[in-house]
Amino acid sequence: MELHVNNATYEVDVEPEMPLLWVIRDILNLKGTKFACGIAQCGACTVHIDGEPVRSCSYPVSAAEGKLITTIEGLSENASHPVQQAWVKHQVPQCGYCQSGQIMAAVSLLNKKPQPTDADINAAMTNICRCGTYKRMREAIHDVAGSTAEFYQAQVVTERGEQS
Amino acid sequence: MNKPNTNLSRRKFLISSTAISGGFALGLQIPGANAQQESQSNAINIWVEIHEDDSVIIKYARTEMGQGSLTSAPQLVADDLDADWNQVSIEYVDVNEHIRNDRAWGDMVTVGSQTIRRSQDYLRQAGASARAMLVAAAAQAWDVPAEEITVANGDISHEASGRHSGFGAFAALAATMPVPETVSLKDPADWHIIGQPFPRVDIPASVDGSQIYGVDAELPGMVYAAVAQCPVFGGTVRSFDASTARERRGIMDIFTIDDGLALVVVADNWWRAKQALDQVNIDWDTKGNETVSNETILEFFRENLDAADGAPMPNNAGDADVAIADADQVLTADYYTPYLSHSPMEPMGATVHIQEDRVDVWTSTQAPVASLTSVATALGIPAEDVYLHRVQAGGGFGRRGGSTDYTRQAALVAQTLPTGTPVKLLWTREEDMQHDFYRPLAMYRIKAGLDADGKIQGWRARVASGSILNQMRGVPLNNGFDGISCEGFTRLPYQIEDQFQDFRQCATHVPLGFWRTVGWSQTPFAREQFIDELAVAAGEDPYHFRLKHMAEDELSRHILEQVANAVGWDEAPAEGRFRGIATTEPYGSFTAAVVELSVNDAGVINIHRVIQGINPGYVVNPDNVRAQLEGATVWAISAAMWGEITIEEGRVQESNFHNYRLMRLAEMPVMETVLAPTGGFWGGVGEPGQAPILPALCNAIYAATGTRVRSLPLQQHGFTLA
Repeated sequence: MELHVNNATYEVDVEPEMPLLWVIRDILNLKGTKFACGIAQCGACTVHIDGEPVRSCSYPVSAAEGKLITTIEGLSENASHPVQQAWVKHQVPQCGYCQSGQIMAAVSLLNKKPQPTDADINAAMTNICRCGTYKRMREAIHDVAGSTAEFYQAQVVTERGEQS
Repeated sequence: MNKPNTNLSRRKFLISSTAISGGFALGLQIPGANAQQESQSNAINIWVEIHEDDSVIIKYARTEMGQGSLTSAPQLVADDLDADWNQVSIEYVDVNEHIRNDRAWGDMVTVGSQTIRRSQDYLRQAGASARAMLVAAAAQAWDVPAEEITVANGDISHEASGRHSGFGAFAALAATMPVPETVSLKDPADWHIIGQPFPRVDIPASVDGSQIYGVDAELPGMVYAAVAQCPVFGGTVRSFDASTARERRGIMDIFTIDDGLALVVVADNWWRAKQALDQVNIDWDTKGNETVSNETILEFFRENLDAADGAPMPNNAGDADVAIADADQVLTADYYTPYLSHSPMEPMGATVHIQEDRVDVWTSTQAPVASLTSVATALGIPAEDVYLHRVQAGGGFGRRGGSTDYTRQAALVAQTLPTGTPVKLLWTREEDMQHDFYRPLAMYRIKAGLDADGKIQGWRARVASGSILNQMRGVPLNNGFDGISCEGFTRLPYQIEDQFQDFRQCATHVPLGFWRTVGWSQTPFAREQFIDELAVAAGEDPYHFRLKHMAEDELSRHILEQVANAVGWDEAPAEGRFRGIATTEPYGSFTAAVVELSVNDAGVINIHRVIQGINPGYVVNPDNVRAQLEGATVWAISAAMWGEITIEEGRVQESNFHNYRLMRLAEMPVMETVLAPTGGFWGGVGEPGQAPILPALCNAIYAATGTRVRSLPLQQHGFTLA
């Protein structure tokens, strides 16, 4: 089947019920998306499918066919996404293992609600961090609020520039 | 205030230097780092390299798992070197080189909040020695007295002649200078890198998916292994039927290892291996442990709480029984803390690649030497032939500190496969939660008297707990006493003339391990709540009741006062809000906390504020210390609210995060951190923050509800978290 991941297209020969996570990690060899619970509880495996956050450990690859899949590696070039930059500025990660999923969840939230309230953050940021970096995640999201639109605008301009 | 130990430890180390291309490298022998120390082995351990392009490479021996010492330990070297932090890069010490050089880098383990406090002296001396040799080289080249040369921010200068230079220009010459016999370390007042909140060097890789953990190893031709161990600890495979499983796509082999301790499925993809594993019918020999349950375990512990004799603690003094008999009031209370699982986010796993002349290993570990050695032992080969690749650990918390179960499994699987086949073995979350080395279950009984003035008169405590040292490590207990289980009791910050405390080891078949903050994760639940119970009985404020018993313990008093002042303890909280306070002395540091909360009629706890303070003596990286306190608070509240591993039919009931709840972002309280370093000593940071949170929370719950919670978790008492 054909998968569109981070602006590339891959032809994979796998069982339709194989979770997308394992295709991403072990077939496509994109290691930024993590396995931690396997039952969609913790969100370490969060990726975007057509812009929506999805826990890929419990999402059959067949359901992703023909859709646009974005992993942490495809979020930006050189970690330039405002959420990634805010994560560095606020020194959010500790061990870092859950942070790909946390960042994907935060980006999705900010795409829908550029100025999220605390309640919005509480509702959207449900991934587990065993190191307990929640305070800084909240601060980083508030800090970046409003600036994601600029980032995407700049990307569009760059892409157009490259095409012309 | 008086500061103890204002003279810093000045252990002397034999310094050695060596020329490297265009520069020099400096190391020093760490006493006790290897068995051949007395015979003056030629082992060279490089801690710092100066290159001709002015770059400085600082070596890091321990593990980064989120605690931040990959950044803070090199800050110690760089400061006494007077380097510019921007010219510094950090590299891991190679474990194989360490093994081949008589373990010259000393202790590599990352446990017990030790990295800074147990290596600060030699790391700072490495920096100071390299600086001294650069100065000597500059003095020779410029033909000026070394005393006239100053070094600051990577710049060597001679004021009188106006000359200055970067490090690189003198690096090669420095390699030829005699190594200094002694160097003096900077006065803390002159530190310019220690104490700075530099960003952690590993964080950029954690935001773009490029951070490599043990489970991320990938090699050409790699195969994948899924494992099942007997749900009842210690059980083995009696027989198995894999006929259906073998027919599945990608399955390469199915076999047992380690005399049946685990059954393994090997496939061309881990998911396929795991799916097939679920279809193997395994007949387990549970070896009699299938009759053990929480009920039988608790009964066994209660018997030990009631038993007459225990192993006495070293700080016993006076006659507690007489003092209590003469007291105005007497209080007794029993407390219970359950087994807990570490559950780091990265599951257990290891990749092993056996080739003819070498074996390569990738695994996240807090004990790289133990991991390497476990592979050598499993394969029956010299440790010198094993190469362990250093990676970030996706959380450790004690799970990866010397328990090398999964690393051994990966080696045994690799040995079973055709030579040259790399194999990645990975556990599921369920396997991790049900085959952990658990925080010991423990029960505590404390009895104390109060005199007519509300002073504690006589104190008795019994600790009934498993012993990690004895059960996991096989360390024989000295007269039956285990100090780790009794942390928190062996040095009371409260002045009580007559005290008697003892310990009884309670061994069950449940494996035990070091869990973040170890004994200090549970003993304060009993000690600091009982102090509150005494304060209530005496009709006194719990903060001032503590202070009045701490006249002789200035550092305990200091941190408690700092936190109480930060919260404004003596002013009442807002209507409907209640506070709890607690103080602890873990890992060479002093920590105290106040929790402010409200509880509604339905038992819903709303934590409004947590104020957490630490005095670690010196603060190397303040932002990182705050991060550790924040994380430790989350850790403690998760354990308090929901943490419980229970045993039925000899096996763990909890299996994943749906029934072993961990705190999520929405539940994170407002958190304030108080850094109150007094100087004069070096304490730990990663673990101490947790210790006072649990009792401060439970003391606040008592203040709010009048319910004294003497067993955990809180969900068993009908409490939930808002």
